[in-house]
Amino acid sequence: MEQMTKAIDSLRIEHITKRFPGVLACDDVSLEMKRGEILALVGENGAGKTTLMNILMGLYYPDEGKLFINDKEVHFKSPNDAFAYGIGMVHQQYMLVPNMTVLENIALGYKQAWKGLRLDLQSVRKRVKEVAKQYGLVVDPDSYIWQLSVGEQQRVELVKTLCLGAKFLILDEPTSALTPQETDDLIALLRNMSEELSIVFISHKLQEVKDLSSKVAILRHGKVVFQGNTIDHSSSDIAALMTGHEVVLPHNDAPACTLGPMLQLRNLKVRSDRGHLALDDLSLYVCKGEIVGLAGVSGNGQRELAEAINGLRKVESGQILFDGEDIANHTPAHVISSGMGYIPEERNTEGIVPAFSMKENFILKDSESPLFSSHAFLKKKEIDQTAERLRKEFDIRSPNTDVAAGSLSGGNIQKVILAREISRNPKFLIAVYPTRGLDMGAAEFIHKQLLHLRNEGVGILLISEELEEITNLSDQVAVIFKGKIQKVIPSSEASRRRLGILMAGVKDDEEI
Amino acid sequence: MTKRFKTGYRIGVIILAIITAMLLGAIILWAIGADVFKTYLVILTEPLKNKIGITEVLLRTVPLTIIALGITVAYRSGIINIGAEGQMAIGILATTAIALAFPNLPRGVLIPFAILAGAVGGAAWGFIPGALKAKLEVSELLSTVMLNYIAAQLYTFFLRGPMLDPAELTMGSGTPQSMRLSRNLDLTRFIRGTRIHSGLFIAIALAVIIFFLLWKTSYGFKMRAAGASERAARYGGIHVPKYLIIAMMISGAFAGIAGSIEIAGVHRRAIEGVTSGYGFSGIVVALFGGLHPAGIVPAAFFFGLLIYGADMTQRLVGVPANMVQVLQGVIILVIVATKMIIANPYLMQRAEARWNALFAGKSSSKEVEA
Repeated sequence: MEQMTKAIDSLRIEHITKRFPGVLACDDVSLEMKRGEILALVGENGAGKTTLMNILMGLYYPDEGKLFINDKEVHFKSPNDAFAYGIGMVHQQYMLVPNMTVLENIALGYKQAWKGLRLDLQSVRKRVKEVAKQYGLVVDPDSYIWQLSVGEQQRVELVKTLCLGAKFLILDEPTSALTPQETDDLIALLRNMSEELSIVFISHKLQEVKDLSSKVAILRHGKVVFQGNTIDHSSSDIAALMTGHEVVLPHNDAPACTLGPMLQLRNLKVRSDRGHLALDDLSLYVCKGEIVGLAGVSGNGQRELAEAINGLRKVESGQILFDGEDIANHTPAHVISSGMGYIPEERNTEGIVPAFSMKENFILKDSESPLFSSHAFLKKKEIDQTAERLRKEFDIRSPNTDVAAGSLSGGNIQKVILAREISRNPKFLIAVYPTRGLDMGAAEFIHKQLLHLRNEGVGILLISEELEEITNLSDQVAVIFKGKIQKVIPSSEASRRRLGILMAGVKDDEEI
Repeated sequence: MTKRFKTGYRIGVIILAIITAMLLGAIILWAIGADVFKTYLVILTEPLKNKIGITEVLLRTVPLTIIALGITVAYRSGIINIGAEGQMAIGILATTAIALAFPNLPRGVLIPFAILAGAVGGAAWGFIPGALKAKLEVSELLSTVMLNYIAAQLYTFFLRGPMLDPAELTMGSGTPQSMRLSRNLDLTRFIRGTRIHSGLFIAIALAVIIFFLLWKTSYGFKMRAAGASERAARYGGIHVPKYLIIAMMISGAFAGIAGSIEIAGVHRRAIEGVTSGYGFSGIVVALFGGLHPAGIVPAAFFFGLLIYGADMTQRLVGVPANMVQVLQGVIILVIVATKMIIANPYLMQRAEARWNALFAGKSSSKEVEA
């Protein structure tokens, strides 16, 4: 390694406390890690995991408590101090500049490449290639970040951190954007790396906690409620400790398509931002009262598919038959008014107007509907009442409906979107990664709502990477790869292994 | 965190911002060798000492308010209108054209007609950058500024050519201005011996209208959604380009109305220099007023005071009136900084901790003494 950092033999956190306005994010947290260990940090959303890691990264300064590296107390005043000790983090929210290339983003933090005022991009390119080869992480150094899917962006983050020569890796939900195979690969890779590094990873997925970690720490309401060796405890023990109660995610076991097709996609061709065909002759249909799960690695056309159906992206050729009417290339307003509901991938920036209050977000699609306005004047009373009702019905945790939607937690934002979409009585719903990054409680709630909607006769296209989510909820599972549907199989035949193989692009799964 | 502390904190930050702005201004005043204290005293108090002063300040409040309201509509819809200066000039030309063409229309018809013409002229000038941005993604910062130059040239062309006062031709003084417009266009000066005119009430009425438009109607809702998050608005079925163009047209129309009223109320003819930077000061007023009509009206008064006060400093203490523009620049910087400070919850939290450490301790010890 070129970086002049010493190895980290031990890292100790003692009695860390951090308060935010109105929240005690970390409450007297103590942890210890040694070289070669992999610690899984588990807990629901808002348990304080990310805050704790941000303190470790020098992004926040703790109100109380101490940090020790190799038994010497350290003070991180900025992320640079943490880097200097060899601590590297891949955040949940990617820290990338969208209108710069992958290479330029990596170069930003890569000090060896800065020679005075000159930036030696070639040396960065070399380093990226090395790391990519060493760890099997493929990235195109010359694409712009805004062109990449969420999954690809995370890969860039991983490469970036590794390029900087991190000795102590912090990964915030590292596998949320990977295929099962890639997840397995990553787990194997991280295990190998752990011989010379220490790794902390934050996760909601109990399976990977079991597979990867040597130690596990569970946070609840900012407190460490459990610490121990992973091997001594079962997944269900850990799940129970995490939430405080046993969680059983709902499961779809109702009969399949009997009501006829609702959404038919025929030979769709749609271009991505980069201009290549993101959807290439894609055909698929979804019945009334049926959930079709669309499995696939992100970046294989899912975003473009959802946008094309909702009128947000131009359709080059092909048809989108919605209840018999071709809605391809119609305006978003037309698609909405014909009864389409849409839970978008980017819940924070697309699904809500963050600066608007919760109640304003509830009427985002309906400000002109006679329900909420007459002669262009908004009906304050109706809007308030509806908002209050939805807040209670969907258990959105906030003191009132006047708070800015952007200030809510991820789970609550998703509930706001879900409440709006469901209360509009859609004929069809497109849900894109509806539970990504949410804790099990919120995910459970959202799954129940989706199943309820299905049983009322609404067709749902569920786009997700969580295979468990897809197989639990779907009637049919379609696998997308490079803009085409690989195969559609009934959910009962969709094993994790079979889906994984299809998602990786192997066409004829029967032969394997 | 207590609500009382929050309010106090905000007020404290604003007071600090004002002091900072004045201190920065003082440095500049000191650098040009002016008497700092006397200059400020003249600017802030001299205009308010008599009826004429106050009405003159109000006179400047009128165009500032109307332009700032228009800029607010644009800003809230996600487009920054720096072209009010040009839109105002085109509005004046349209008003003048109507008044020259139909001088004999009765007051009740000519005034609304001419003001409407001003609005249409300004809206047309606002439509261009709005459409360029909506359809071709041309930055409105460039297009509005460039259109200001074109408008200024057009304005000069009309005043020196087609609209030039015939009397100027015969007399040969060559002052580029139109003839005295029809008396039927005159807005009433309702306080004897002053220039303050009924445009003041129009400005206040427009402020109320903008409040209702932006916060009480579905059009305003859509415009604000488009401005706050274009992506989410598009997702929500809002035709963002349409609302961008509408917002820019409203913004331009307001600048045009400001020009019409300035002509009909104050100058009574189109002369050079009517716009006199109102288009730019309007931006500062809009920001200083928090992009809300309730803030804009007092902010416009404050800037009217600054502008008129600066005229007086020139006469009374020999400080050039251009100093006000320097002060405006300083104020913009301070506003931006203040907004960021107020919006930062961590800073506020730290301030509260300090405050408690400093004063809560003392007060409890006092209780012990008591």
